[in-house]
Amino acid sequence: MYVAKILITLRKTILDPQGKAVEHSLKSLGYDSIKDTRIGKYVELKIDEKDESVARTIADEACRKLLANSVMEDYSFDVIKSEE
Amino acid sequence: MSKAKVGIVVFPGSNCDHDAYYVFKDVLGADTKFLWHKEGNIEDRNIVVLPGGFSYGDYLRCGAISRFSGIMQDVVRFANNGGIVIGICNGFQILCESGLLPGALLRNQNLKFLCKTVSLKVENNKSIFTYKYDVKEDIDIPIAHGEGNYFCSEETRSELIGNNQILFTYNENPNGSVNNIAGIQNIHRNVMGMMPHPERASDARVGKTDGLRLLQGIAESVV
Repeated sequence: MYVAKILITLRKTILDPQGKAVEHSLKSLGYDSIKDTRIGKYVELKIDEKDESVARTIADEACRKLLANSVMEDYSFDVIKSEE
Repeated sequence: MSKAKVGIVVFPGSNCDHDAYYVFKDVLGADTKFLWHKEGNIEDRNIVVLPGGFSYGDYLRCGAISRFSGIMQDVVRFANNGGIVIGICNGFQILCESGLLPGALLRNQNLKFLCKTVSLKVENNKSIFTYKYDVKEDIDIPIAHGEGNYFCSEETRSELIGNNQILFTYNENPNGSVNNIAGIQNIHRNVMGMMPHPERASDARVGKTDGLRLLQGIAESVV
């Protein structure tokens, strides 16, 4: 069993207004050194496979076909072994 | 009598399906029926409408889950065979997610859900959707969306312009859409998507009627 921990964010070139709004709030709390805030999604998949590379391929396909929209989003993920 | 046979696709969470049905059926007198996403049969239809709403609760991304519902496979095949498909609001988002139209709809730039009547410009009236309007005509149509900020790559944007695929633009951009885009058609000119709601501006008794010529034009384009 593997767990894929997937992060999906708006592509770097796209303005993230939600991130900007949160950034302004952080600045008003005094965190002047925070220079960029991007908000995204976290998706966790449990994948019942014995081979890590197969689990990776499945996670990647899931991202490409459904979880992320390549027109507007980037994704990255880690796959880690799970005992469950 | 119109030869239009209109199918209004209903997903869990669609909420403008009855408005679209009312205009096609009661205002325009077209043969119209609802197509429930699980069992709807589009075989005998020649116009398919993807209505507005919040299909599947807008989970993951607007339109992302609907794209994989059973009926959408039929709609994609129907469109690829030249069938007329229009997507309004959530329907536009579904068409983009399913690849029948290019681009994607992002969160509105000001993060607000916008519900108001806006002024649109008809950019192209040489389409089966817009031929009843004058080119550059201004029309008033309501919008009601939180994710209507049309986005696409530079390359796609040039193609949309070069191929005259942009049908409607906002006179005052409410949501951040590139090139003020409010509605587009596909390159084959049989699939159209727009964020504003023409079906909400099609009966004088409830307000404006600038949307009626669009839906009437589509219904009458079937001969």
